[in-house]
Amino acid sequence: MSENIGKIIGVNGNLLKVEFNTPVIQNEVAYACVGNGDLKLKAEVIRIRGNTAELQVFEDTVGLKIGDPVEFTGDLLSVELGPGLLTQVFDGLQNPLPRLAEECGFFLQRGKYLPALPRDTKWAYTPVANVGDTVTAGDTLGTIPEGMFDHCVMVPFGIRGKWTVESVVTAGEYTVEEVVAVLKDDKGNARECQIMQRWPIKMPIKAYAERLRPTESMASGLRTIDTFFPVAKGGTFCVPGPFGAGKTVLQQIMSRHAEVDIVIIAACGERAGEVVETLREFPELTDPRTGKSLMERTLIICNTSSMPVAAREASVYTGVTLAEYYRQMGLDVLLLADSTSRWAQALREMSGRLEEIPGEEAFPAYLESVIASFYERGGVVRLNNGETGSVTIGGTVSPAGGNFEEPVTQATLKVVGAFHGLSRARSDARRYPAIDPLDSWSKYPSVVELDKVAKARKMLRDGSEVGQMMKVVGEEGTSIDDFIQYMKSEYIDATYLQQNAFVETDAANSVERQKYVFDRLLKLVDTKMKFKDQGQARSFFQQLTQTCRDWNNSEFQSDEFNKIEEQMTKTLAEVSDYAE
Amino acid sequence: MQNKVYHRIDQITGNVIVVKADGVINGELAQVDSAQGVSLAQVIRLENENVFLQVFAGGRGIGTDAKVKFLGRTMQIPFSENLLGRVFTGSGEPRDNGPEIKENMIDIGGPSVNPAKRIIPRNMVRTGIPMIDVFNTLVESQKLPIFSVAGEPYNELLAQIALQAEVDVIILGGMGLKHDDYLFFRDKLDESGALSRTVMFVHTASDPTVECLLVPDVALAVAEKYAQEDKRVLVLLTDMTNFADSMKEVAITMEQIPSNRGYPGDLYSQLAARYEKAVDFEGSGSITILAVTTMPGDDVTHPVPDNTGYITEGQFYLKNGRIEPFGSLSRLKQQVNDRTRDDHRVIMDTMIQLYANYKETLEKQSMGFRMSDWDSKLLKYGEQFEASMMDISMNTPLEEALDNGWKILADCFEPAETGIQSKYTDKFWPKQAGAPKADQVPEEQAEPEQEKNAKPKAESDKKKKAKPEQEENAKPKAGSDKKEKAKPEKKA
Repeated sequence: MSENIGKIIGVNGNLLKVEFNTPVIQNEVAYACVGNGDLKLKAEVIRIRGNTAELQVFEDTVGLKIGDPVEFTGDLLSVELGPGLLTQVFDGLQNPLPRLAEECGFFLQRGKYLPALPRDTKWAYTPVANVGDTVTAGDTLGTIPEGMFDHCVMVPFGIRGKWTVESVVTAGEYTVEEVVAVLKDDKGNARECQIMQRWPIKMPIKAYAERLRPTESMASGLRTIDTFFPVAKGGTFCVPGPFGAGKTVLQQIMSRHAEVDIVIIAACGERAGEVVETLREFPELTDPRTGKSLMERTLIICNTSSMPVAAREASVYTGVTLAEYYRQMGLDVLLLADSTSRWAQALREMSGRLEEIPGEEAFPAYLESVIASFYERGGVVRLNNGETGSVTIGGTVSPAGGNFEEPVTQATLKVVGAFHGLSRARSDARRYPAIDPLDSWSKYPSVVELDKVAKARKMLRDGSEVGQMMKVVGEEGTSIDDFIQYMKSEYIDATYLQQNAFVETDAANSVERQKYVFDRLLKLVDTKMKFKDQGQARSFFQQLTQTCRDWNNSEFQSDEFNKIEEQMTKTLAEVSDYAE
Repeated sequence: MQNKVYHRIDQITGNVIVVKADGVINGELAQVDSAQGVSLAQVIRLENENVFLQVFAGGRGIGTDAKVKFLGRTMQIPFSENLLGRVFTGSGEPRDNGPEIKENMIDIGGPSVNPAKRIIPRNMVRTGIPMIDVFNTLVESQKLPIFSVAGEPYNELLAQIALQAEVDVIILGGMGLKHDDYLFFRDKLDESGALSRTVMFVHTASDPTVECLLVPDVALAVAEKYAQEDKRVLVLLTDMTNFADSMKEVAITMEQIPSNRGYPGDLYSQLAARYEKAVDFEGSGSITILAVTTMPGDDVTHPVPDNTGYITEGQFYLKNGRIEPFGSLSRLKQQVNDRTRDDHRVIMDTMIQLYANYKETLEKQSMGFRMSDWDSKLLKYGEQFEASMMDISMNTPLEEALDNGWKILADCFEPAETGIQSKYTDKFWPKQAGAPKADQVPEEQAEPEQEKNAKPKAESDKKKKAKPEQEENAKPKAGSDKKEKAKPEKKA
């Protein structure tokens, strides 16, 4: 390590002012030494003025004093990339939390950092590249089986130009720090490649051939999302909603059922209890697609609300960097960030301490560009070997007071491809998922045909208008046709939009089932019906809704499913008969 | 270097003073000796040789020649069994006339619990209040705010819970309490003998603002220690809005840029750091937090309740002296209410559903619509429900409250009308009660006797019969019995 040492001249909360004499780098990592240097606190340079650098410390700064030394490392804030990441639980700085718990017990200890990847584990490495091959950044050197995936060991993403493989090791057991290949460029420079590599979290990994447009939809199992407001593989979406509207349950369902290879959950500044549920339940749940434990495809970054604020800001970047790493192996990765508002608040806290001129609601003026560049790290790419990989990013937003007219929601809406707005009214009425069917939107293709979706949406909109009107004029003042329209839209809402997260068959539906059910549903609402009065219409639809809920709870194309469908057709025939 | 005395104060703004000193540690305590007396102060910022100190007793009366002596340690608080039954200020000085405790000092505001060490909560905290136990069960390690408007009996509710809750230790943190309220808490706990398992940290409205900021940290630091000694601790905080307002005051004095309605940008993190202390230590005790948050102007989108709602695991709304059944939510109740009694969830869902229908009927009634048979049943039900379930001054064990629920249902409806699955009605529907016709009811209501606590409009005779068994002195005993029973369960 270089002997680049500065000296503290100011402490304000977790912001340090440090005087330095030798060059420092913006965003480099430094360690502030408390007292005699036994305790070193990780920090990042965030502003440099003259010979004063300002650092945000990722820990509580109690105990530091003027004149204490600060060691600059010369490295940007980076994560370790290699086998052993999956199934792990990291904090925002990629400290493995279970291993920290083994060493320190119940509490997180200040200044305790552990390597993300265990150094002594041996991995079964099989070389793929041969001596004499020409490689570029991101090309596969060899593979290691990690859970259900073949983990690719790749040429470091940071090298430029073409390199020739000079030597490779034979297949065998290696630790992450061992050199498995040596590369040479045309000028004769040699470069040793370990299994593990590092990457600075605030830089996107760009070792691919080209970025593609996201078109293939990513099934989430949620009917409202897949049918009405779909998300594409490599797309981005946001879920704003007031507290108690079900953001977290929604994300949990997605993390279980989304049709992707790997799910990365970045719990950023939210309740610890929620992460614990994931932590304790996932290992016991099986992934319906692979039959393996859900945990095997999951990676959790956990920087909950009581953990240091600066690390919260880092946690979303750590998450997206790990996502990009797995994308480079040709996998589809889903990153769920809960919640991006907490991350934005962390930016605001820092900006306040730096005494920057505040923007709206005291958020920094660069909030929008920071959010935009984060979501831009999602996408589908064609790799150098022709395969494709994708990073899909979904972020929840917790707007103050549930009002979407606030800077974080607005800045996010500008850059995402789908908006799943959760509404307080829906969650109060226990209509879950509480995604507002009228306000939400998506720019990605749905799993069902476009004109059908448009038709259903029109129905919902018309129904809601009648509903509004009915509040004023009462049921008696509503014409029977309008009333039927209203009942139909309520029916779509109750049986298609609403999904019971706690009933296994209803919690997530396959695309096939969605298409089938949606077709049936449309046929049903297309049927002309005639009723004596509102009361008769109401009881008919109540009955039908009840039956259809049973239908939703039955296994797709099981005997029960078919039986209920038959029954529904019959019930329907009775009313349309009546109409003749 | 240590204990060097500085007596040249450069700046005094609000509660913050600035002295020039060297070798000072961030967070260090100092003693400020001025004409007004001696006060503690804490270092909150260092800037070259300038040291910013927050004076606990406030800046008023401090002269530029006041003596500042740095103590070389950070804020600490004593911890021992002797704390029980005592009352302290936010900075740990005795507020009662008892002796000062100096032994076994512990740091406050310690590190956060490693999420990997947390466990899924699994034990219910019985409070004896049906609106909590039955409908929004409090769970060990839960953090729940009580959203309330000024003027609601939130302190009475907290005191009630403190008396009845089945926990080992209660820690009460009072912030900006009216002096009357402080006396109310003290006397109420003393009368019932609950003071012996209570530690109180009280900041009253007339005390210096800075001490208000210390109350939650001090209370939670002590709670954490008790919890690690295998005690189930309930922390009651009132009122967190005062805490947030004190933070606002200090932030503005420090010339921080305010974010929303004057509150500092880190309001969320600060609140979360306190609330997240709620925890269940595997193989040891637990901390449960109930905190009053008053909503200025009954506005839940006000920054304090809003940020709180994002942090906590649900909320209780206190409205018109009752815990509102619709807005209130305990996010953790699912973890425990499947293991209490088979019919718990059924009663919980059905009674709320019917109560919602009752509210609709009330609306119809007020608009002058004709009442159907069903409507009159609902009206009867609603009144009984409000009288014998929603009263927050009750002390009814969960099982009794559930039985009560069945009785009310049986009194008002036919089994089929409630929409409850028949396997539950077969088992729990009160046998002899049958379903009296609506016109039979007035006779039963006519009983003139009135218990002390029963509201005048209470119509359920059942409740009245149950009441006399619960004389006030019987309460603590009943509570401790339960505790004995509950303990082994937890170990298992």
